[in-house]
Amino acid sequence: MATQTEQANRSWYKRNEIALTPWLFLIPGILMFLFYVILPVFQSFYISTLDWDGLGQGTSVGFENYRELWHDPAFYTSLRNNLIWLALYLLAIPAGLFIALFLNQTVTGIRLYKSLFFFPFVISQVVVGLVFTWFYDPTFGLLNTFIGWFGFGPINVLGDPRYVTYGIIAAGLWPQTAYCMILYLTGLNAVDPEQVEAARLDGAKGWRMLWYVIIPQLKPATFIAFVVTVIGALRSFDLISIMTNGGPFGESRVLSFYMFEVALSEYGFRMGYGAAIAVVLFLIMLCFITYFLYSMYKEEKGH
Amino acid sequence: MFPTPVEKSSRTWQLTYQSLLPVALILWLLPLIAVALFSIKPAGDFSAGNYWNLPSQFAGFENYGRVFLESDMPRYLLNSVFITIPTVIGAVALSAMTGFALGIYRFKLNLAVFFLFVAGNFVPFQILMVPVRDLTLQMGLYNTKTGLVLFHIAFQTGFCTLFMRNFIRALPFELIEAARVEGVAEWRIFWFVVLPLMKPAIAALAVLIFTFIWNDYFWAVVLTQGIESQPVTAGITSFNAQYRAAYHLMSAGSIVAAIPPVAMFFLMQKHFIAGLTLGAVK
Repeated sequence: MATQTEQANRSWYKRNEIALTPWLFLIPGILMFLFYVILPVFQSFYISTLDWDGLGQGTSVGFENYRELWHDPAFYTSLRNNLIWLALYLLAIPAGLFIALFLNQTVTGIRLYKSLFFFPFVISQVVVGLVFTWFYDPTFGLLNTFIGWFGFGPINVLGDPRYVTYGIIAAGLWPQTAYCMILYLTGLNAVDPEQVEAARLDGAKGWRMLWYVIIPQLKPATFIAFVVTVIGALRSFDLISIMTNGGPFGESRVLSFYMFEVALSEYGFRMGYGAAIAVVLFLIMLCFITYFLYSMYKEEKGH
Repeated sequence: MFPTPVEKSSRTWQLTYQSLLPVALILWLLPLIAVALFSIKPAGDFSAGNYWNLPSQFAGFENYGRVFLESDMPRYLLNSVFITIPTVIGAVALSAMTGFALGIYRFKLNLAVFFLFVAGNFVPFQILMVPVRDLTLQMGLYNTKTGLVLFHIAFQTGFCTLFMRNFIRALPFELIEAARVEGVAEWRIFWFVVLPLMKPAIAALAVLIFTFIWNDYFWAVVLTQGIESQPVTAGITSFNAQYRAAYHLMSAGSIVAAIPPVAMFFLMQKHFIAGLTLGAVK
């Protein structure tokens, strides 16, 4: 009897093998991903309506956290800085293209040069942050040593509310430019040489060639560069935490850092309020995610 | 080729280009060169105000020796290894399977599942922070390497699935059809036909994930606390607090923390770059 059912089972599996196999392969991955990524997104929405210290039971407060956020000047500072990050971080794309064009040659040793130019991206942002903190140091930093030669007084970049965000963004642009550079270098490799030659015969040169012939062919690289740069800008946390810890006077905070500060630091464990900030950040990100997915979807349908 | 190869241009530009290259590189890496220089200076140089001149003597062995023998750095490095390696194995294994399922089979929810992974991969960390920390606490895995590894595996599966699936899509489908005609079981097709062809993708992902996880700082701070589980990115802040203003030691420590992914990159450069471009630009 037992063997009979087993055989029936097996043949049922055999009959549906093509339909079942993908799900068997997907289950471990999907479960992990749902458990650790997808469900927490929804949980955060729920937690944002609580007053909760992360330990006992939270009490429901409705939209109180969002109302408080509306009147919180630190929130607006963070939001403003996020927009500055987003706008300036995108400079990594043209800067990366520029370096890629500079390095797209075949002279001896160029491979090593390319790798060394890529270096900043491989090292941890924590180390990048430290390196740039010293670079900006008002007493011995290279920056101030350098501008001192021209007779300018020392600037305390990280201690001055006017400059601090720009100083940190400059540090972030360093690895990000390297990333965009490598994307464009691989992209330039794939540029069709015949089209370039044809355009050359037609008299296209320099900027016109770049704009009308090369850049259109680099579109896939530009898309990826845009995606990773936007995500990088909105995820900026490490550099701020290492370089200024949000200061001076909270002027270098961004949403991701402010959220962490509210939820997990000496200012108290306000999980609900932190989650509300995270929800706002998520909604900003969602605009971009939707655009990315839409572009990918069009691409998929095109095939 | 664009821009015009230097070999075809004037002699002057050739010479200018050749001399411009090293200058540009030095400027580009100046902050790093500074740190490397700091790390081989003796402590006395800093108190004497000699920041940017050559070291008065070579103290590299002494500085790095102290980092390795007198500080907690080796412990943090070891933690990083025990966090990074299992994550790489786990994420690559899971995504080889999900990528296979989504790349080979046609079923109704295929694209929906795929986009679920892709979308999740773009989510800001902060929206996951409170629930994931709470989850980890409840499982009793807070401040353990296991807790960190499990989360990293799950999160990286999103990106890895995107990569693996696109790679598998580009494989010749006739191979799989031929195997099916032969009556080979589906899981054997995965193991004996597809997996061997996926070696380049696996290599690319492995180096990339290694770098991502080694350099992770945010989750290390959120999910771990002490020396028994913190990776080197988080450990270096305690290290720096311990050696405040000892620039020669902080520099040496930073360099030690940065070296493993750098070494990985130089050893596996080709795979690394293939991974970064998501295999989209060849």
